Amino acid sequence: MNRTRVILASVATVAALALTACGGGGDNNPLSSGSASAAPTDTIVVGSANFPESALLAQIYAGALTAKGVKVSTKLNIGSRETYIPGLQDGSIDLIPEYSGVLLQYFDKNATQVSSADVYAALKTKVPAKLTVLDQSTAEDKDSVSVTKATADKYKLKSIADLQPVAGQLTLGGPPEWKTRQTGAPGLKAKYNVVFGNFKSLDAGGPLTINALKNGSIQAGDVFTTDPNIVANGWVALDDPKFLFAAQNVLPLINKAKASQNVSDALNAVSAKLTTEVLLDLDKQVILDKKDPATVAKSFLSSNGLG
Amino acid sequence: MITYLQDHFQQTVERFYTHAWLAVLPLVIGLVLAIPLGWLASRYRRVYPGVINLAGLLYTLPSVALFVIMPSIIHTKILSPINVVVALTIYTVALMVRVIADALIAVPAEVRSAAVAMGFTGLGRFLRVDLPIAVPVIVAGLRVAAASNVGLVSVGALIGVDQLGSLFTEGFTLFVGSIVLLGILLCVLLALILDTTIVLIGRRLTTWQRAVA
Amino acid sequence: MGVIWNYLGDPAHWSGSDGVPARVLEHLEYTFLALAFVCLIALPLGLYVGHTGRGSVAIAGTANALRALPDFGLLVYVVLLISGQLPASLAYLLPSVLVLVILGIPAALSATYAGIQAVDPAARDAARGMGMTGSQVLWRVEVPNALPLMLSGIRSSMLQIVATATIAAYVSLGGLGRFILDGQSQRDYSQMAAGAVLVGVLAILLDLIVAGIQRLVVSPGVTGRFRTAGPGRRPSLVTSSQEGSVVPTT
Repeated sequence: MNRTRVILASVATVAALALTACGGGGDNNPLSSGSASAAPTDTIVVGSANFPESALLAQIYAGALTAKGVKVSTKLNIGSRETYIPGLQDGSIDLIPEYSGVLLQYFDKNATQVSSADVYAALKTKVPAKLTVLDQSTAEDKDSVSVTKATADKYKLKSIADLQPVAGQLTLGGPPEWKTRQTGAPGLKAKYNVVFGNFKSLDAGGPLTINALKNGSIQAGDVFTTDPNIVANGWVALDDPKFLFAAQNVLPLINKAKASQNVSDALNAVSAKLTTEVLLDLDKQVILDKKDPATVAKSFLSSNGLG
Repeated sequence: MITYLQDHFQQTVERFYTHAWLAVLPLVIGLVLAIPLGWLASRYRRVYPGVINLAGLLYTLPSVALFVIMPSIIHTKILSPINVVVALTIYTVALMVRVIADALIAVPAEVRSAAVAMGFTGLGRFLRVDLPIAVPVIVAGLRVAAASNVGLVSVGALIGVDQLGSLFTEGFTLFVGSIVLLGILLCVLLALILDTTIVLIGRRLTTWQRAVA
Repeated sequence: MGVIWNYLGDPAHWSGSDGVPARVLEHLEYTFLALAFVCLIALPLGLYVGHTGRGSVAIAGTANALRALPDFGLLVYVVLLISGQLPASLAYLLPSVLVLVILGIPAALSATYAGIQAVDPAARDAARGMGMTGSQVLWRVEVPNALPLMLSGIRSSMLQIVATATIAAYVSLGGLGRFILDGQSQRDYSQMAAGAVLVGVLAILLDLIVAGIQRLVVSPGVTGRFRTAGPGRRPSLVTSSQEGSVVPTT
């Protein structure tokens, strides 16, 4: 009799706790499915892609907004563009740092614009109705097809076009989405007639790709142009005369409903201060010096009077 | 590691809490579901092989496979934590059904006869005699399920669920070992907490074992 | 549900170095490589500890502690630690297999040790009485009796390894996890689901094969399937649990 009561009481308590968790909303509730109804309407959820620079930029945006009194929460390292854009559209996230050229390509596979201004203008028209892009910065970070100095010397490589005769013997490494993206392997074939012998699914310019290029398991890799490893290792980011990788200015992609004047001003102020040199330096601190992105973001904001 | 913890304290605590819920909820639901199923298998011998084999089959499936298949079965979004909860509940049930069935079967015949002689019938006998005697074995099974669940929840980071496993993916993209190590230590800590809790609850429920000693 | 079969139904996905057969082979490679090392380490160790009774507390403690480690975390951590120092071909394979082995050892080790321990002391005694030496007792009496538990331990280890090998795709390994991770990056749910289904089917098939081996190798007298009802003993269903996976896996 006593025992039964203890058993029933324990089960009832746990069940009650579970039910209160169901009832209460809130960000640390595993049962809230991340839909728009879960987050209060005055909070901006800042997301990021799964590479350090994106997380860094997201932290910078988040810090700038917090400094202006906006409530912010972050969802970092979500994944590739293919994964987080749907998240923007269904309200799981509200804001994400983006790159103009690849973003335009994502919304319009046939886009041909290549200069910063053209890309930006086209982007503003192609962005889906619920979203918008704010001011772009002058900072650019592009994909590249990079090779080691040894490889460049061996095959006399200066631009991607030079790869055409030898690519069949080489292995290309990049994020899995490069296998199917217009700005990845299919684009290399379409624009330059470059078809690599092998493709290795690694990560988006992250440690797997960097290490693979270093240790030779790939001969060409998708390394972001602001990655300090290019300079540090003497690698060659091959020229892109046909503009496979169009202009890639950093800009915020945001849910229109959340883009209040306050928010827009804060983010535009950040964009005004971001140049490619600044981005290179910030990346160096995070990727080579292994500093905490949150700390690096904070010092960038405070030294620019933004937070 | 310490500076990371200091700088990201709030986020780490939230992740710990989320991880705990994602591991515990399936344990509770799984146990509750497994008890009637286990009883069925123990009571009706013809059903036993079928139930146990199905349970074994489900337990064989690797976790990440279940996480990924869930959306097409229960129509959730791919990044949803519900996938994790449902998948781990299935695992817990699969594990505990066999444990409970075998524990109930192992209740000594003499004890059953004595209970019947004392006037216990049906549900009363089940709740007051069979189940309490089965508690030690159930506790053992639950401990394994708990440790297993804590590890499996971290795999959820691959489908975008934010919990301690996110420390692994973050640590990897930044290539900083101490962040990953922090995640491992916190997971082990959580597993220890759950393990101790289960053991303590089990002890509370089986006071008679210590009374004899 | 039909979306699951889109990817598998396309013949283009069944050829080439990233086709289904190639990935299945890679997955099997990793699994058997790790399992081989697990057996090489866990079986002799378990036999020794079970037979001599020495070090049992240390073994039980270590095995349990290892089980508490999160597989994914351990994988990432070991790769972070040592991949930089290794040559290209081994850089991620070695740490991954190392982790697979570490995670696979507890199940096989504790099952082997428990199996030897659970051998009927009467049988051991009779063997000694017949004049068998220590190692003869081990190989002719203890091991055959412990075989059901040992094999179920190996079975559990194997399933644990298959499951963790799937996650190894995160650190750029091949195998069936590749479909899951690539499919996620490319937002191709069909590919993800294909990977999940393949992994599930592979796990079940391998499990059935080991179960089959178990049935062949274990002496019929030991399985208890033919245990007769002696005085005061009811035919027991409990014995069927010896053939299944006693030691649960991830």
